[in-house]
Parts: sequence; structure tokens; C-alpha cells
Amino acid sequence: MAAVPLIYIARNLWVRRVTTLLTAAGMALVVFVFATVLMMSEGIRATLVATGQPDNVIVLRKGAGAEINSGISRSQAAVLETLPGIALGPLGGALVSKEPVVLNNLPKRGSGKPSNVTLRGTSATGLALRPQVRLAEGRMFKPGSSEVVAGRAVARGFEGVALGSVLRFAGRDWTVVGLLDAGRSGFDSEIWGDAEQIMQAFRRQSFSSVVFRLDDAGDFERVRQLVDDDPRLTLEAKREVRFYAEQSEALANFIGILGTSLAVIFSIGATVGATITMFGSVASRVGEIGTLRALGFRRGAVLGAFLGEALLLSLVGGLVGLAAASAMQSVDVSTTNFSTFSELAFQFTLTPAIALKALLFALAMGVIGGFVPAWRAARLKIVDCLRAA
Amino acid sequence: MFLLRLLIRNAFRHRLRTVLTMVGLVVAISAFGLLRTIVDAWYAGAEASSSTRLITRSATSLSVPLPLSYAQRLRAIDGVTGISWSNWFGGIYVSERNFFPQFAVDGPGYLALYPEFVLKDDQRLAWLRDRQGVVVGRKLAAKFGWKLGDTIPLRGTIFAGTWSFTLRAIYEGADASVDENQMLMHWAYLNETLRARNRGRSSDFVGVYVIGIRDPANAALISQRIDAQFKNSLAETLTETEKAFQLGFVAMSEAILVALQAVSSIIVVIIMAVMANTMTMTARERLAEYATLKALGFSPGFVVRLLFGESLLIALIGGLAGLLLTLPLAAAFSGLAGTLFPVFRVSGTTMALQAGAALLVGMVAAAWPAWKMSRINIVAGLRNLA
Repeated sequence: MAAVPLIYIARNLWVRRVTTLLTAAGMALVVFVFATVLMMSEGIRATLVATGQPDNVIVLRKGAGAEINSGISRSQAAVLETLPGIALGPLGGALVSKEPVVLNNLPKRGSGKPSNVTLRGTSATGLALRPQVRLAEGRMFKPGSSEVVAGRAVARGFEGVALGSVLRFAGRDWTVVGLLDAGRSGFDSEIWGDAEQIMQAFRRQSFSSVVFRLDDAGDFERVRQLVDDDPRLTLEAKREVRFYAEQSEALANFIGILGTSLAVIFSIGATVGATITMFGSVASRVGEIGTLRALGFRRGAVLGAFLGEALLLSLVGGLVGLAAASAMQSVDVSTTNFSTFSELAFQFTLTPAIALKALLFALAMGVIGGFVPAWRAARLKIVDCLRAA
Repeated sequence: MFLLRLLIRNAFRHRLRTVLTMVGLVVAISAFGLLRTIVDAWYAGAEASSSTRLITRSATSLSVPLPLSYAQRLRAIDGVTGISWSNWFGGIYVSERNFFPQFAVDGPGYLALYPEFVLKDDQRLAWLRDRQGVVVGRKLAAKFGWKLGDTIPLRGTIFAGTWSFTLRAIYEGADASVDENQMLMHWAYLNETLRARNRGRSSDFVGVYVIGIRDPANAALISQRIDAQFKNSLAETLTETEKAFQLGFVAMSEAILVALQAVSSIIVVIIMAVMANTMTMTARERLAEYATLKALGFSPGFVVRLLFGESLLIALIGGLAGLLLTLPLAAAFSGLAGTLFPVFRVSGTTMALQAGAALLVGMVAAAWPAWKMSRINIVAGLRNLA
């Protein structure tokens, strides 16, 4: 069966430029919204997943869920340090970091409104446990001093955080002596200082979390069991990767669900637009359809031609929308993560899967919008068509 | 009258196309309304706040508690008429999905400061007498089917362990803006349990102080007095009006709110494109008719009125249907979202904006074709007829 040439289909769209453009623009907007929402939830996920290390284990108080809710006493932390299977650092010490985590208000750049920034007390071991974090500028804080280092996103997003600036909190002045580049992970949104100094300043009796590296990542189940079975420890050990994935879940899912339902609602509008355009296209070409049929093209070919036109229309819309969405990748966003109650900076992340989903979404709009008009075009009788011409 | 009939006839000449356009409008206008309502719901806490209440919290952040000893010093500050305190409890009822706010409060003081929580006298007394008792909002009780006397277990995230409470009272909001999804428990019970458990450590701490003042005009002055009192102490305070405090929470999700607001405008633009498309097609098909009308002596203005009238008619019918659909849609969404949005109402402003958006869509959609049609050359137009 001969098919109607593609060039004929494409030219038809070109002839009705204004209408084509309006319809494609509507679809492009829908695809743009759909893609950016997926990119946003992917960005949050990617940022937090990059935060965890596969062979690191994080221990929190049972049921705490987030570091700020958790509390681990010094004696409990000491027990954890003696667990078997913990990797040793280059100097022979166990790779264990006992960290207090507190939230601190800082004014956001631009709006000046205060937002919570995670303040983590750590040590040189803490830095060694996170190979993705490195110093971008300045130097690391000196142990036992009121010095801090700030993540890149904090320096960018909050007022008064820069190399050499002084932050006032917990009754002390803290000097920012370095900026961290955490490779787009959650640590970019944190400020790090000396663990003991932070506990003193905030009058904390307990750590928030204990992080350690396993010699062998496969050992995790055994270590978890040990922590579970020890009556002195009302704690729970988690793989760091899983812990951070859980932190991203609430926010990423919320944005994902909200965004997808919005995109679906919007797509109804855009599909209606496509249907109207295609009906118009059919109505203005009744004579042509008759001619095509008289020339020997079958009903199926006519159906295919109009469906092809709708698909091409939606493909144009989809590509334009996707192109606009990919431009969003250079935009930095930051919002409060519900799970940690603190600011998290992330970027829109476009993955091939998202691009494919967005294009399929556009094509689906084209098929649904174009099918009924194409069906009607294919069902027209040759005689009626030619009479109309 | 004649014009109106002509308009209606014209609008429904292409029944399918008109109906499709209207469907698009209904979807767009109701989605626009729903989005605005979601954004409004975010601000509900701030809207419901009272101008005679101040919130004092740690200057560092909300997660840092204040000592209980501040209560007496706060009470002594000039201009303070009432005081209470609360701790965010953050417990989980059965599963994480059943989120609702729980506050451990200083009972008598708290109820005095929040007159909008209306309790029956006998229930109020029953709650105040029972250390383990809780008060919950009407909607929350209805959601989980709780009755007075029921035991409610909560799994603590901040305060470890499983806690069980007895439902002693159910409050109703004095008006529709009051959040009826909260649970209040006794701070004293929480504190005593913690003290027994931790042998004295980490007890006698409160999350925030709620301060009552008589005259809202003095809010700034009294806030300054309070913060000055605790300046350079171990726990410096930050005092702000309840509204500012609530808006602080809203500001945290600002990125999401801005996105929602942008998206709600985008949908109006999309539907404008769809509608403009319809009107352009309509005008193109009727080229010959308009030429005939002009040849008969009708002014270009008449043709313009005809197009605008038709466009507005479609937009208004679609808009009205969308507006009416928003209410059941909002109710359904609120049911799905559960306790996430405690107050979910379609406001009058939203409805006015919806009507405005429909009107705007109708006007803009007709602008280009109307301008073009008013300028058609009669001869060229009539030639189309042949």
C-alpha cells in the first residue's frame, strides 16, 4: 500500500504556519512544564544520592529519620568506635566521625529572609570519609578553633558567607576560612566546623550521628545486626546511600506527584488544541482528500497522513519544549527539604530517560489529539469530497 | 437581541470545535483556580495568625530549645499580658503518611492565648485534669474516627519511644480559617517523662514561647524589649509577630511556590494559544461572510464586535463551567492531600481572578482575527465566495 509522502505532510503544516505555531507552542509549554518537573525531582534525588558513599555507614538514634532529630551519647559513640570491620585511615586510626548537627538561621541572598542552614561538627576524618568533598578555596578549619568552612552553595545563596567573613552564632564569632566544593552533593549546602567546638558552643551533650567506613561494604548486614543486638545502643545503622536517598524521597516525590498531575491536566488543554487544529486541517482540505483517494491512495494512507501530521506537529512542540527545559539546567535552585528542615541547593538534571519520557508525552498528545480528525478524514466518501472541491 | 442570537448561532456553528475549545477552557480555568488555592493554602497559617500574639524562639534556629526559666522573666516584661509555650512533638501515628502537627503545650495558658480553638467546658476540664490527655481538631478526629476516651499511640521521632495519649477534648475553629488538624498535649507530661528517662538532663526546655500582648501597635516595641532582655545570654532569642513567624515557614518553600505561581500563569497562556487558534480558524472560514456583511453596508466595527462577542461568549461559558468545577475539584484534592493542607478553601479573590482570566483569554484570542477582518478588502473577500 502506498503511503502519502512525508514531504506532503510537512508542507501542509508549513502552509498553515500561524495555526501550526500556536498549537505547537501550546504543546511546547506543556512539555516544558512536564520535563522541568521531572528534572527538578531528579535533581534533588541526584544531589542527595551523590551525598552518600557506598561503603559508608551512618548511625542515628532509632526512629529519628533525620540527623537533627537524633542523639547519640558519648558512651554510645565510644561503643560504635570499637565495632569490628571499620576501615583504618592512612595514619592507622579508625575512619569514624562523630558529628553534632545543628540548624542555624542565615539570611538568604536577595530576599534577606532567614532560612535554615545545616551546621555540621566534624574533623579531618569526616573529610576523609567523604572523598567527593574537597577544598575549593582557603584552608580547612584548625581543630579546636572557632573556624568554619562553608559549602559553595551556602556561599552563593546566603548573605555574609564568603572567604574571610565572620559569622555570629551561639554566642561566638566564627571565621570562614575555606570554601568547600562537594561535587554537587548535599554537603554543598552545609557549613562545617570543629565537632567539639560546636558541641561546646551549642551546649550539646550528644552527637547527632556517627559515620564510619567499612573495610568491606558487604559486611554491612553483620555490623547492623551487632548494633541492633547491643542493649546499650538504642541506635540504628543504615547504609549512607540509603539514608540520603530516604532524605530526598519526601521532597522529590512531592514535586514529582504535584508536577505530573499538573502536566496531565495541562496536556488535556494542549490535546484539545491539537484536535481543533487537525479538524481545521481536515475541513480545509476535503477536496484534496478526495483527489488523493481518487488517485488510488487507500483510506489507511489518508489516516496515516493526517496522523503523521499530528505527530509531526507534536514532535515540533515536544522538541521546542525540551530544548527550553534543557536550558534550565544552568539554573540553580534551592529550597527547604522537608525531611531535614534545612536548605538544599540543587540543579535541574536532564537525563536521557526524562528526555524520552517528555517526547513520548508529546507524541501521545499528538496521537490522541489527531486520531479522531484523521479517522474522520479517512472515512470521507470520494464522491462527497470531490463535490466539495 | 439580534446581535446576541447571531453570536450564539455563530458560536455553535462548528459545534464540535466550540465544545472542544470550551473543554480546554474548563480544564485551564479550573486548574488555574486549583493552583491558586494550593498556594493560598500554604499561606493559611499566616492568614489565621493573630496580631496580638508574638512568638519567641531561639535566635539560632527553631531546632534549638529555650530554657523554661525564661517564662518568669518573659512574664515580667512590660506589655506582656499572657504567656504559654509549646514544643513540636513530631510523632508518627501508625505511618508517616498520616502527618499532622502535634504540640506539647502549657495547657491553660495556651487555650487562653488561642481563643479561636473553641472547646466545650466539660471537655476542657477533662483535658486539663488528665496529664496524658490530648485535644485534637474536629477534622483530625473525623479523619481517623477518634472518639473521646480513645487511646492514641504516637511513635516519637524527636522524643524516642512509643507514647500513648488519651483523647479528652475536640476543638472546633471559631471560623473557617482555623486549622482543625492539630493535636495538643501537655508539655508537663512530656517534660516529666524526659526527666525520668534522662535523669535530669535535657528536660525543662521549650521550643517556642507564645506571648500575648494587648495592643498590636506595640508588637515591635515589645519584641525588642524581649530580645534585649536575653541579649548575650546562653540562649539569645528572636521575637516576631505570629504572622512573621508563619511567613518564615512559607518562605522556606518559596522556590516551589514561585514555580506553582508561574505554572498557573502558563496554563492561562496555553489556553490563550488554543482559543486564539480557534478564533483564527473561525475568522478565516468566514472571510466571505464578513465581506458580504461589509458589502451590505455594515461597518468594520460591526464585524469586530461580532468576532469579539463570539470569542467572549465561548470564553465566558467555558470560564463559568470551569469556575463551578473548581469547587468539587478542590474538595476532592483536599480529600486526597489529607492533612497536608489543613485549610483548603477556594477564596473569593481566586474566583474573581478566574473570571478575569477567562475574560482576558476571550479578548486576546479575538484581537488578531478581529483586526485582520476589519481590514479585509470586500472584493477579495467576495472572490473567496465563488
